[in-house]
Amino acid sequence: MTQSLPITVSINGKAYEKSVEPRLLLADFIRHEVGLTGTHIGCEHGVCGACTILFDGKPVRSCIMLAVQADGHELMTVEGLAKSEEEMHPLQNAFWEVHGLQCGFCTPGFLMTLLPYLQENADPSETEIREAISGNLCRCTGYQHIVDAALLAAKKMQANS
Amino acid sequence: MLGLLSFLPTTKIAYPHLLMKPAPFEYFAPDSLEAALELKAQHGDEGKPLAGGQSLIPAMNFRVAQPSLLIDLNRIDDLRYIRKQNGEVRIGAMTLQSQAEHDNLVEKHAPLLHEAIPNIAHSQIRNRGTVGGSLAHADPAAELPVVALALDARFHARNKGGERWIEAKDFFAGLFANSLQTNELLVEIAFPEMPANTGTSFMEVARRSGDYALAGLAALLTLDKEGKCAKARLVYLNVGDGPVDAVQAASSLIGKKPNAAAFQEAGQIASQKDMSPLGNLHATADYQRHLSAVLTERALTQALERAQARK
Repeated sequence: MTQSLPITVSINGKAYEKSVEPRLLLADFIRHEVGLTGTHIGCEHGVCGACTILFDGKPVRSCIMLAVQADGHELMTVEGLAKSEEEMHPLQNAFWEVHGLQCGFCTPGFLMTLLPYLQENADPSETEIREAISGNLCRCTGYQHIVDAALLAAKKMQANS
Repeated sequence: MLGLLSFLPTTKIAYPHLLMKPAPFEYFAPDSLEAALELKAQHGDEGKPLAGGQSLIPAMNFRVAQPSLLIDLNRIDDLRYIRKQNGEVRIGAMTLQSQAEHDNLVEKHAPLLHEAIPNIAHSQIRNRGTVGGSLAHADPAAELPVVALALDARFHARNKGGERWIEAKDFFAGLFANSLQTNELLVEIAFPEMPANTGTSFMEVARRSGDYALAGLAALLTLDKEGKCAKARLVYLNVGDGPVDAVQAASSLIGKKPNAAAFQEAGQIASQKDMSPLGNLHATADYQRHLSAVLTERALTQALERAQARK
């Protein structure tokens, strides 16, 4: 017999009520049940960081959590970053301005890792940025432009605050 | 043509199993320790505790692990705490690694633990991974078992009707094995406060930040009144089937002046006599021995500086 458990999850400020099988991964729930496909799935064992989301404000890997574990919790995905269709978040703008991405597959994970980091560390050094993003893999850029984007984003976010 | 396209696995309706990586299991998320222990009493070994899940769920995704019943401990907030009690830093088993990482009590009274935690995987993993979960998982390549053994931590186990304390040296029982009974849960770990005249150091070498270390150790050095070695502890990761306590190397230091020659000798004894590394894809056994010897010298040198600074 397959268990089906009712859960209520808040994603980007909107509540979703669904019934899920306990073995459904949170990343798959976000993508396929809720339809927010900005969260990407790379390695499915917690190494690549593409599926990083905010769980109660903290970055976690959504591919190594169960959807049922998000019941009653607040999530934020990359779709929650931009204010509107027209206006990107300063962090997104920084990536756009200095070419912080090529294929873009890893980008949602980088953004969701960097958002809380830059909110807590307003003026990080390059070394600190590299440590902060060490849990996210990018196979295109060689990281240099991602680091540049993060440093620029820090300035933009400071100016905005 | 349409028939061909509809064959592609693009919808979950046609291919629900494609979205389900772990094998099916029954799921319980008790909100109290008592309820969890009741489930453990009922289901024993079948009931697999789910702590942070940062090792278990990847293993389930690959179906290397296929537990039939999960007891998710994440709703038991009573198991998330850090406090000082009777000269020990007491940490609830479900305390997040990231919480311990930034905790003042841990930094002040268990500096070895404080120094080791940032080496555990990445920040996103430490935001979910727990202190108790990592210890119970007993991965030989993990940081926390090495620290717990070097500090002679104590493990508090509970079952439905009782409780017991397990010494660190008795807790680890080989590759991914601990000495908990099938009806028990690990509820707390007690790390002894740093004694006087003592310095510690944690060092490891990994190919990239957050990777499993190729070699590493936790070192503890206590000096006597004359500045000689009164006590030493050297515990290594990823060079055996659990945390490797280099007893011969540590005892070679006792009564000696803590200097470069003594540290070098200890590194040689540890790497050649106390451990039997297996080697792996990224490091041969010889290279693991070499790294362990070099790290021993560096860690003891740092532990000595810290012990002298604390006097």
